[in-house]
Amino acid sequence: MSAAALLIDLGSTYTKVRAVDLENPRILGAGQGPSTVTTDVTVGLAKALADLERGMGGRREFTYRLASSSAAGGLRMVTVGLVRELTAAAARQAALGAGARLVGTFAYKLTAADVARIADLAPDIVLLAGGTDGGNEDVIVHNAARLAACSVTCPVVVAGNRQAADEAASRLDAGGSPVTVTENVMPEFGVLDIEPTRAAIRQIFIDRIVHAKGIDRAAEMLDRVLMPTPAAVLDGARLLADGCGGRPGLGSLLVVDVGGATTDVHSVAKGGPTRTEVVYRGLPEPYLKRTVEGDLGMRHNARSIVQAAGREALADDAGLAPERIEALARLASEDVGRLPRSAEERAFDKALARAAVGLAVKRHAGTLETVHTATGPVTVQYGKDLSAVETILGTGGALVHGAQPAAILETALADDADPLSLRPRTPRMLLDRDYILFACGLLGEVEPDAALTLGLAHMHPVAYGTENGCNPAA
Amino acid sequence: MGADNTSAERRRTLVTGVIGSDTHIVGNRILGMALEKAGYTVVALGALTPSDEFIKAAVETAADAIMVSSLYGQGELDCRDFRNLCIEAGLEDILLYVGGNLVVGKQPWAEVEQRYRDMGFDRAFPPGTRTDAVIAALEDDFRAPAAGGHKAGR
Repeated sequence: MSAAALLIDLGSTYTKVRAVDLENPRILGAGQGPSTVTTDVTVGLAKALADLERGMGGRREFTYRLASSSAAGGLRMVTVGLVRELTAAAARQAALGAGARLVGTFAYKLTAADVARIADLAPDIVLLAGGTDGGNEDVIVHNAARLAACSVTCPVVVAGNRQAADEAASRLDAGGSPVTVTENVMPEFGVLDIEPTRAAIRQIFIDRIVHAKGIDRAAEMLDRVLMPTPAAVLDGARLLADGCGGRPGLGSLLVVDVGGATTDVHSVAKGGPTRTEVVYRGLPEPYLKRTVEGDLGMRHNARSIVQAAGREALADDAGLAPERIEALARLASEDVGRLPRSAEERAFDKALARAAVGLAVKRHAGTLETVHTATGPVTVQYGKDLSAVETILGTGGALVHGAQPAAILETALADDADPLSLRPRTPRMLLDRDYILFACGLLGEVEPDAALTLGLAHMHPVAYGTENGCNPAA
Repeated sequence: MGADNTSAERRRTLVTGVIGSDTHIVGNRILGMALEKAGYTVVALGALTPSDEFIKAAVETAADAIMVSSLYGQGELDCRDFRNLCIEAGLEDILLYVGGNLVVGKQPWAEVEQRYRDMGFDRAFPPGTRTDAVIAALEDDFRAPAAGGHKAGR
């Protein structure tokens, strides 16, 4: 029997496991159990493993047993920076890239009310940035002192002005918070350096958060809990896009993950201007960018999707009466485990997913703006230009279990009616039908070559327009 | 701003850029290169820079001066509230320079200069100013920080 790996996602609703052959990388089996992290993580994991064994016809040994987790609220983080569009934005990018769920973002000097709010939020980790190297020192030190003086004692990552980092760290240390000092998220004006912060957050996750959330009760059933699940998905996306060891990957990639509570978008692309006459403005965006749309979720946030997309537009797209939209959205948000039971519910779910994907990718992608100057019009770009992205990959229940993934994914594409939004023009479309992307990210930590083969083998092509995707009314 | 501006080790930081809907970047680049050569840390925002971006960059980098270029004649409109925006952001005492083709048409320089000083700029420079003159002015102002005229302008 060839060597195999077990990859585990300790999710907020389900515990999912995938068994993977390492010599001829492919899926050997899959299993699912409930999420029981809030009580005893081992119960749900045992059920998922039993399910896997039933499918594979017996128990087997695994060379690796690696897990990621988004259970127990995910990795809840608060970020603090100085200027909202500068170090505060860089801190947000770093935390999102580490797979965190941002529960609060703050800028400038923290007030007493801000600090009380942070204490209420009870984050797992606080990321404290502020000032370029050699730049502003007093705000990060002030904020460290504020945090030290309140009841917040969670780990803090200090990633600000290096001249002030030690002072900030000693204030926090005096207040009882475990402190990690790492590189500044913005060492120079307009330069992002978020990888060291991502690594620091991940290390704290492994060293402390896994224990704090009770996930380490499963220590005997697995080898290591490596990272939050969104970080595994992002790492999987990077591996699939970039390849490894000289083997090419898919090239520039956009991943859309439509979930029950949020829609996540990951891009692996440089995203600079594709036309020479375009001027880039604003903070440069990371090659590996993750955004989380907290108001776009198929169940918990079905009603806010309706609000964002507009009731009439959604009704039009679903071919339903506007009055029905509200009733169906209520049904979805009150029964979050609900699977569509009728043609009407399926049409509603499809329209909801189309709206979520369209809005989430539009918010993730950059935009163009024409500025009229004395010497004529100039085109200015904000954010990432994703128009030349080669592949879009869909994942998440609504896409995978929905009947018409092409019709949903196509809303991520560039639209001639909205030419200033820099979304992909003609990418190939793939579907993570076997929910294997997180597993690629985890396996990539130990066997990147096998992980790449696995990912490339299991992403299923989706053809354009075959499922009346182009015409919402059809 | 910064707690440590008195340190002799610290290089002075200057924010430069071309304000408003103005794409004329060449002079600003030449100035930036000269300033770097003179030992300053230059945060170059480039062309088409809105006034609030100068100020945000100055806050984050604890800049010692903001140097605004305007070449297309609309500087009077673009710069009108610049000092007030600085005050709002806690940069009351930051040194502000402006230079370029600061007004439309030919107007007596003394009047133009006074207009910009009234807006809160410490110094205004006419077209054709040599980079040496700017660097000499910076040295003077950093030696005697109270020399700024903006306080009289308010």
